[in-house]
Amino acid sequence: MSAPVSKLVVENLCVEIDAGGRVLKPVDGVSFEIGPNECVALLGESGCGKSLTALALMRLLPEGGRVASGSVRLSDDDLFALAEAEMGEVRGGRLAMIFQEPQTSLNPVMTVAEQINEALAAHRGLNDVAAAKEAARLLRAVGLGDDKLASYPFQLSGGQRQRALIAMMLAGEPELLIADEPTTALDVTVQAQILKLLKELQQQRGMSLLLITHDLDVAHDMADRVAVMYAGQIVEWAPSAALYTSPRHPYTQKLFAVLPRLDRRGERLDSLPGRVPGPDSVFSGCRFADRCPAVFERCRLEAPAFHETVPGHWSRCHLAEAEEPTSSRVRHAHQVTPTGTHGAAESLRFSAYESGVPLAGAPSAVSLSPVLDVRDLAVHFPIRKGLLRRTVGQVKAVDGVSLQVSAGETLALVGESGCGKTTLARAILRLIEPTTGQVRLLDESLADLSGEGLRRKRAQMQIVFQDPFSSLNPRMKVGEILAEGMAALLSLSASARLQRIANLLNQVGLPEDAASRYPHEFSGGQRQRIAIARALAVEPKLLILDEPTSALDVSVQAQILNLLADLQQKHGLAYLFITHNLSVVSYLAHRVAVMRGGKIVETGDAEALLTRPEHAYTRLLLDSAPGKTGAA
Amino acid sequence: MMIKPVLLWSDALILLLLATVAALVWLARKNDTFRAPWRQVMSSRMGAGTALILAVYAGIGLLDSLHYVERLPGAPGQTAGQQAQYSGEVRSALDALLKPLRENVEKTYSAPFATHLYAKETMPGPDGREVRDFPRLKHGGAHLADPEKDFWSDVSERAGLGLLGGWVVWLLWRSWFGCRNGGARFGLPGSSCSAAGPPRRNLTLLVILLTAGALIALAPHYHVLGTDKVGQDVLYLSLKSIRTGLLIGSLTTLIMLPFALGLGIAAGYFGGRIDDAIQYLYTTLNSIPGVLLIAAAVLVVQVQIEANAEFFDTAAARSDVRLLALCAILGVTGWTGLARLLRAEALKLRELEFVQAARAFGVTDARILLRHLLPNVMHLVLISVVIDFSGLVLAEAVLSYVGVGVDPGMISFGNMINGARLELAREPVVWWQLAAAFVFMFVLVLAANLFSDQVRDALDPKSGGRK
Repeated sequence: MSAPVSKLVVENLCVEIDAGGRVLKPVDGVSFEIGPNECVALLGESGCGKSLTALALMRLLPEGGRVASGSVRLSDDDLFALAEAEMGEVRGGRLAMIFQEPQTSLNPVMTVAEQINEALAAHRGLNDVAAAKEAARLLRAVGLGDDKLASYPFQLSGGQRQRALIAMMLAGEPELLIADEPTTALDVTVQAQILKLLKELQQQRGMSLLLITHDLDVAHDMADRVAVMYAGQIVEWAPSAALYTSPRHPYTQKLFAVLPRLDRRGERLDSLPGRVPGPDSVFSGCRFADRCPAVFERCRLEAPAFHETVPGHWSRCHLAEAEEPTSSRVRHAHQVTPTGTHGAAESLRFSAYESGVPLAGAPSAVSLSPVLDVRDLAVHFPIRKGLLRRTVGQVKAVDGVSLQVSAGETLALVGESGCGKTTLARAILRLIEPTTGQVRLLDESLADLSGEGLRRKRAQMQIVFQDPFSSLNPRMKVGEILAEGMAALLSLSASARLQRIANLLNQVGLPEDAASRYPHEFSGGQRQRIAIARALAVEPKLLILDEPTSALDVSVQAQILNLLADLQQKHGLAYLFITHNLSVVSYLAHRVAVMRGGKIVETGDAEALLTRPEHAYTRLLLDSAPGKTGAA
Repeated sequence: MMIKPVLLWSDALILLLLATVAALVWLARKNDTFRAPWRQVMSSRMGAGTALILAVYAGIGLLDSLHYVERLPGAPGQTAGQQAQYSGEVRSALDALLKPLRENVEKTYSAPFATHLYAKETMPGPDGREVRDFPRLKHGGAHLADPEKDFWSDVSERAGLGLLGGWVVWLLWRSWFGCRNGGARFGLPGSSCSAAGPPRRNLTLLVILLTAGALIALAPHYHVLGTDKVGQDVLYLSLKSIRTGLLIGSLTTLIMLPFALGLGIAAGYFGGRIDDAIQYLYTTLNSIPGVLLIAAAVLVVQVQIEANAEFFDTAAARSDVRLLALCAILGVTGWTGLARLLRAEALKLRELEFVQAARAFGVTDARILLRHLLPNVMHLVLISVVIDFSGLVLAEAVLSYVGVGVDPGMISFGNMINGARLELAREPVVWWQLAAAFVFMFVLVLAANLFSDQVRDALDPKSGGRK
């Protein structure tokens, strides 16, 4: 697995950022190596410094950032010793990088051919005819037809754009390709294609690949070796197979434990309290100590060294030290000895904050009359043209959807972007007027309501949105945000309202003083809690959750999923859970409806549907999900 | 001397504006979220310094807004029962303060600090024959026996006295305010008090006080900034122009804001037919050349004023109404840019999820506009209002040049520049009028811009963590 000669060697890389007089260290002593024709994954949650590491390799650090120490050698050339002009040749030539957002990494006013030619001219000195030929060849290599050469980026889909970008980056025939979250913005089926393409290209061309990702399954599918980053340091560095069967570092073990999966249905997800410490934190001991379930005294005092436990498997943890175990360490060492990913979750469930809580998420008794009953709902947007705005056609965003959700039940609505699931949610809430069809909430038809009646009815259905940053008004305090729905829908006295706000904050696990603070003072996960509290404020019976965890890190996602499960059990809420993330579906949903092109193609009991899908599209979705190749 | 206060329309509006601001401050004085950003502004050097400069301008403008007429001395034989006669000339408190400047009128141009006129005249020489030479000024440096010899010593003596006076006032201020927290007032030099107090505010104040001191000492005896074509003191004209500039800037903005805010946000939020109608309105307004529209409107107003002369008992009242009309017209035509900006922002905000969430709560449209959209566009409003303010002060100059600005008899930066325009071609050039208008406007506009930057940084929660 590990190659004899390394292509890229990173040693003790430290990045500093000057932030208004204070010096932050977002990357602090990162070392790893990539062999020829090897794929290494840099795995970590947001804010752990993985993207900055990649930018430092490219010497493209943002303004104020600089490499404080360390060296990077690409085939024995010290990249930090090169002059900027020489680095310009390396960049995009021997060392290429593709970015997360295909929307913004292509120039919108240049055709694909022009952008590829630019790279060809810069790095291989090819002229017009030869360049055109080479560009076509590159496009074919990434699975796009010649006809796409003359296209502008806006004429391509997200996946096609990412392919075009890869073609551009291949133009310089790189020795090492850095892919920074290359598929995060893409749908699951497209993601599978792009990952497959990257793997093939890497093998055909003998490239090395540095894959930066937050997705454990993607790393597992792609990488030969994996480096797990936490708070600016690599905490575990191991061959992929070893890491996924026996993670050594408590953080890695926790990461596996918090993943929602089908086989964890009915269990409470293990959760990682707190969040990744920011780059401005000062550490006296282990950086993970505050969140570590196996923390002991030494962790707080002494930063652990990087220990090689098994040849090739390194872990930055005192427990990995295989010498003179004290009694207390033996106990902890025993508890974190993993037996596979699921085993890790089990073995970590000793900690006090997990125990004694009833397992949520289990299918509970489902009452007969549904809370929400949607029949043949359709939303058509007219296409208007001309001076008089005549309707010339229709976009059928939602085209005859029927579904039911009962109290205490979670119906997952699964589909890729553009399939109409969000439009459906808004039509159910009558934020958009449905074209035809019927929505009954607690046996009352919403279509018949208007004005005051509709306003009252809104108390029974609420929505939680995907983006915790845009879903809270930045100019209102949390208390005002929570009070807004109550003021509009419930008649409560001021003191009752304050009491209720305190109650809500308590329920979603936020401190009471949160009410007098502004949303920007909270992290993404905390904001999502506020959004959930806001929806609960009016005591809804139905909660529509529109991708509530897809903007969050996995550890935070587990916290939110646990919270949702608790709330459902406590209040008997009906959830319509809109998502594209199948592992969340398999963990949380009682029933699943698969949506495509405005229609529901398959619906059924979650367990049955996910294990024995009937519709071809459902099968495609399930097969595309990363981690299929024998994870867990 | 008996005086009678006169309330011009613009004075009333200024007082109303002042009362509103005072009431808002009084209402919000306990609200900490409201006070925190302003405290942040005032604790920054730039914020405090520019606020002080703006306050000085506003103070001059306010003094100039307290108008009165003087009672004419009773005619001989007039009995007490008879109606008192008042002068037709409206004066302000500023005029009273600047009486020496106002009354020291020369014949025509004279350069700053000059003792002689800027134009040659035929006059009787010492030997009785007629000579053509620059005559001595009637007021500027008239106390000097021999200008050639005494000029520098006199000027430096007076300036030195003025600067010293300014410095003493500054020291008093420092020991009074700067040391309130430090313990003893009037602390001895070198005590802990001398280090207390925000230094930059002190420095700005020092500069202002030194300038004021020097001017107070020199202005009654020299034309510090020269005189204009009819011999009026340019310093006096510049100080009087401040009120006009502030009025044009603030009143126009006030008239413009409701249009821009209401129509812009409504267009963006509601969309559909309402958007169509509002867009139609501002596209139409925008497609008419602004100057043409303003010229037409001003001329109409002027005709109306002349047709109804009986409503205006003084020339000041007449030019005041014309100024207000100009503000109104500028306001009614000037809202389109901001409205377009706000419409775009509202289009974006409308799709944001917190607005959707509010709609899911059944919050009424009016409340959404007020609570969710308005606060989130206020930083845009603030920035463009200040840029517009500066632009309007400048626009007044352009319009006065075209002849459709303020009344030609009204003292304004525009009329000053207009008057200086032709003299620029003269050899040697008459530069002081233009330079004075430029410096006064420049300081005002720059201070306003820098101050608004500070306010925006403090009000925008997103930039809160930047410092």
